[in-house]
Amino acid sequence: MKRDPGYYDFLPYNKRPKIEWPNGARVAFWVAPNIEFYELEPPKNPTRTSWPKPVPDVLGYSYRDYGNRAGFQRMMEAMERCGVRGSVSLNVAMCEHHPEIIKACAERGWEFYSHGTYNTRYTFGMSEAQERALIQDSIDTIRKHTGQKLDGWLAPALTYTESTFDLVAEMGLTYVCDLFHDDQPGPVKVKKGRLVSIPYSLEMNDAIAFSVSWVTPRHYAGIIKRQFDRLYAEGAESGTVMCIPLHPYLIGQPYRIKAFEEALRYITGHDKVWLATGREIANHFHSRYYEAFAKASLAVHDF
Amino acid sequence: MISDDYLKYPKRRYGMDHDRYEWSMLSKRKPVQWPNGARIALWVTVSLQWFPLDQQGKPFRAVGSLQTAYPDLRHYTLRDYGNRVGVFRIMNALEKHGIRASAPVNAAVAARYPSLVQEIAAKGWELVGHGLDMDRLHYEGMPDEAATIARSLEILGRFGKVRGWLSPAKSESHQTPDLLARAGIEYVCDWVNDDMPYPMKAGGRTLHAMPHSNDIEDANTLIAMHQDEDELREQWLDQFDVLYKEGGRVMVLPLHSWVMGHPYRIGTLETVLSHIMSRSGVWPATGAEILDAWKARQ
Repeated sequence: MKRDPGYYDFLPYNKRPKIEWPNGARVAFWVAPNIEFYELEPPKNPTRTSWPKPVPDVLGYSYRDYGNRAGFQRMMEAMERCGVRGSVSLNVAMCEHHPEIIKACAERGWEFYSHGTYNTRYTFGMSEAQERALIQDSIDTIRKHTGQKLDGWLAPALTYTESTFDLVAEMGLTYVCDLFHDDQPGPVKVKKGRLVSIPYSLEMNDAIAFSVSWVTPRHYAGIIKRQFDRLYAEGAESGTVMCIPLHPYLIGQPYRIKAFEEALRYITGHDKVWLATGREIANHFHSRYYEAFAKASLAVHDF
Repeated sequence: MISDDYLKYPKRRYGMDHDRYEWSMLSKRKPVQWPNGARIALWVTVSLQWFPLDQQGKPFRAVGSLQTAYPDLRHYTLRDYGNRVGVFRIMNALEKHGIRASAPVNAAVAARYPSLVQEIAAKGWELVGHGLDMDRLHYEGMPDEAATIARSLEILGRFGKVRGWLSPAKSESHQTPDLLARAGIEYVCDWVNDDMPYPMKAGGRTLHAMPHSNDIEDANTLIAMHQDEDELREQWLDQFDVLYKEGGRVMVLPLHSWVMGHPYRIGTLETVLSHIMSRSGVWPATGAEILDAWKARQ
């Protein structure tokens, strides 16, 4: 095991090249719905059990299924009313299970990136060949069902190996969402290829807010606005990124959607906001700032 | 070490990864208009529960379970408060608006407090099977599940017809829906994946799943998530507003006599009921009535 993941050097927030987003925007804002399939009876994994209750965990399983049957539509319509495209964090088996949802996203010009095959299959402990096969499955499935090239990765259920980032970079992906160390994009050090980290967020993630922190929908809307206000203000100095990661089974509940839509409308009501997808942010950073950020970073020496 | 079989997906196919029910998006279904042109069906459920003092907690402890070393008098009595006092406050709050509830009743409550169950049955409340008690959860591998269901229904059935079922803690084994359907149950409240009834295949028959939200339960918000009554009121009203606007939906208010029946909480229920019942096109009904109306419109 390593003491430091080794993916990035030290680059303090106040000593960086200035980021300029398109059209003078201060914040690159993106919304990342996690469109997921959880299996009723997943195979056992030595590192993690899939369900908190014994299988069949009817409550846990059916709660997730709500997102696909009912919640997705509410979430999608709220985003559409606010003019926000999604960057779908996709369990790619959804393409086979529920193609209607994939079609609805594709028709709206949403981006698809990968969140593994199922949210109940974990990469902890996989061999390099196994993880490579998992990534290839995502590349192929997304290409086949949406015509899109796979550019982004959010590890399935946030499970990793030491090779994850080397493999996704080598296989042609351009960004990852798994590092929570920053409010701006940054280079990720990999063996081959070039990879950037795009700020996703656990703080703004509806799963953390609702299922871990147990906040109310109105409180969630409030923290979204506060997060945005500060990143918008700081974005006058150098462009920032704000992401709202969503789960249709959570945000798509009737009692949650109204407050969320108000918060989304608040954000999109500002003129210096770039309503982007993950890929667009990654491309912009790759082409203009990757090298400058890499060069400005300070090597880290452990004691 | 992960076996290569871990990367095989035998159920990766169109629809669900099981055969219990069909994949169906709510937005693609035919809209439902309730009786008398109502926009929304209001379904109030009041669970009457009993938590035994000699709790085993298998395979897990339900929300509201006893917490301390034996004998946990404190939680035992705080839950039993609902059956002695709390339920009567809820009864009055509902009666002001002529609302009849569906009551999931542990068989232990029916056996121990028959006069209470007679009283709610006489008021026209629906009796819903709710297992034996809150420490007899249904789970895969439990002993004698069919006998447990039969005994629960036999005891509660002494007080009236039982058409619906809510498993304690919404916990099921793989065969619970099959056993329920074979025992004559028509609907189950354990699956929280929809805002409308939908059919399930069970025991060679059709069983219906009714939309009984766990999220907006009083016990989930106030006890499990430690939110307060004002926050619960806002969430109930927001839930109602969105479902009312969509139209043709079921709004469930899932209550527990031991949670909502406290003096400081009952006012929240009264406020929410007044708001909802002041709107036009609200049809307060029992679960069985909602299911019958829904089936007649399919």
